[in-house]
Amino acid sequence: MRGVFLLGLSPRVAAALGLFVAVMLALPFFVNDYIVSVLVVVLFAAYFGQSWNIVTGFAGQLSLGHALYVGLGAYTSAALFVHFGLPPWLGMPAGMAVAAVAGSLIAALSFRFRVGGVYFALLTIAFAEFIRILFGHFKWVGATEGLFLPVANLAHQDLLRLRGSPRMFYYFLLALTLGALGLSHLLLNRRIGYYWQAIREDEEAAQALGINVFRCKVLAMALSAALTALGGGFLAFYDNNLYPDTVFAIGRSVEIITAPIIGGLGTLFGPILGAFLLTTLGEAMTSLTSGVEIDGLKQWLYGAALLAIVALQPAGIWPWLRRLIGLEPRR
Amino acid sequence: MLYLNIIVAGLLTGLVYGLMALGLSVIFGVIRVVNFAHGEMMVVAMYATYLASTVTGLDPLLMLVPVTVLLFLLGYALQRLLINRYIARPDHEQFLLLLALATVITASLLMGFGPDARNVQLDYAYDSYQIGGLLLDKVRVIAAAGATLGAAALWAFFRFTRTGKAIRACADNQIGAQVVGLDVKRLYAITFGLGAACVGAAGALMLLLVDVEPYIATDYTLLAFIIVILGGLGSMPGALLGGVLVGVSEALSGFVIEPSFKSAFSFALLILVLLVRPQGLLGRA
Repeated sequence: MRGVFLLGLSPRVAAALGLFVAVMLALPFFVNDYIVSVLVVVLFAAYFGQSWNIVTGFAGQLSLGHALYVGLGAYTSAALFVHFGLPPWLGMPAGMAVAAVAGSLIAALSFRFRVGGVYFALLTIAFAEFIRILFGHFKWVGATEGLFLPVANLAHQDLLRLRGSPRMFYYFLLALTLGALGLSHLLLNRRIGYYWQAIREDEEAAQALGINVFRCKVLAMALSAALTALGGGFLAFYDNNLYPDTVFAIGRSVEIITAPIIGGLGTLFGPILGAFLLTTLGEAMTSLTSGVEIDGLKQWLYGAALLAIVALQPAGIWPWLRRLIGLEPRR
Repeated sequence: MLYLNIIVAGLLTGLVYGLMALGLSVIFGVIRVVNFAHGEMMVVAMYATYLASTVTGLDPLLMLVPVTVLLFLLGYALQRLLINRYIARPDHEQFLLLLALATVITASLLMGFGPDARNVQLDYAYDSYQIGGLLLDKVRVIAAAGATLGAAALWAFFRFTRTGKAIRACADNQIGAQVVGLDVKRLYAITFGLGAACVGAAGALMLLLVDVEPYIATDYTLLAFIIVILGGLGSMPGALLGGVLVGVSEALSGFVIEPSFKSAFSFALLILVLLVRPQGLLGRA
């Protein structure tokens, strides 16, 4: 019975999770606006990382072009809001649908033609870059001049139109992140989650066991794309301006996948931990180099830190940390 | 005739692209590692050429051989000391390793040279050859000739030398190569060195044609990916064919449609090829 109460988590993990949620809920009351805005960045990274983790961490298909789904989600909900006044609560599901269709198409085309592994990864980059350039010529959404949302009145929280302060976005994103965590946990303990892991470990064996490998992989991509697009919708209403070269940037795709890999690919808490570590690292590098006028020093330190992490913990920080603090999963 | 001129100019540039991509293809074909820092290595070669020719006041073409050797050594050391430990690790770990490496390289160049574009001054920069109605830029012809020569030398190495044959044996069957007593680690390091040397030569030649700045590295990495996938990852003639195709398509779409569309055209070409012939035009299934 206890397993039911704790959602199948061990008591120690459940306690640690409860503590984390409590701290995150209380945090905005104790810190200044700047820290809140940094935490919003952390939560975006955590949420995008969790979404990407489904297709790459669970199902084992390396996607290097997830900025595409951020962009589709952001542009769909923002354009529907700007042109038709459609509230984001309707626009974001539309964006999710667009991204899910795009993700399924890319996955179906690739897997139908047996494009896998490295080829699949490079194909996802190609699609993301191709769509980025197309959006640069798409006049209805502002092309390269950008798409702008009306400026928010920060004192007034308009929950219906998502116009409000960073603190409002903080709680929305916290909810998203915890939701994605719950969903990931649920999926991993369902049949589909086991199918995905089987495909990740050995695709041919999974096929031989009668798993519909093609459908499972496409489903993973569609779900991952839709979740990413939901975050993209929030990003649009948080940033208030969208440019194809930043929203769809290959740099964003790289950012999305760095956090989960650093944290621990395929694990539940890896993406969240990775997001905290990387954003903190970035902030630390910024303040460390703030007095020094050398171009590139910050990036150099950041790259060197990444290199150190890959050298010391190639499988990610979370698998190492959970061993250290005794939160090993039960077997 | 105007179109023919544009096509030929694209073809000549494409050969240099091809040499660069050849490096990526060789590395992947043998070691099975995708070099995500390929463009960064290209930019290192371009800066090395720039620095050497500005300091000495000599023609950058004379730097071709020293820069190629330098990049070979860098590649050799990189594989030996760092990448070799990751060749059996999952794709995403290799990706992160090379991404971190790429970040460090770009940041180092940024610290050393600043963000501004640099170029070399050539007194023959505007010379050209005329064949009938066809007008060929001298620098482009030199660069293309150099690239063709480099590719031919690499082909001859793999075809005729013992080391080249041993490397091909590793690529065909790594365990078999180990069983017959080949020093796979050393051969891998030589392979990575050769891949880097291709980039070194391509970078030195490319500097005759374009400016260099730290941030163009990503564009070159993407370009190299497109080219090798078009031609077929691991296929040497495929890399050159892919380079020429991308060079011509960039030149034509930049002229016919508009310059900002030129890479969209290459990506569309790539998507098309991947969907119709996933192993690339000249790749083996």
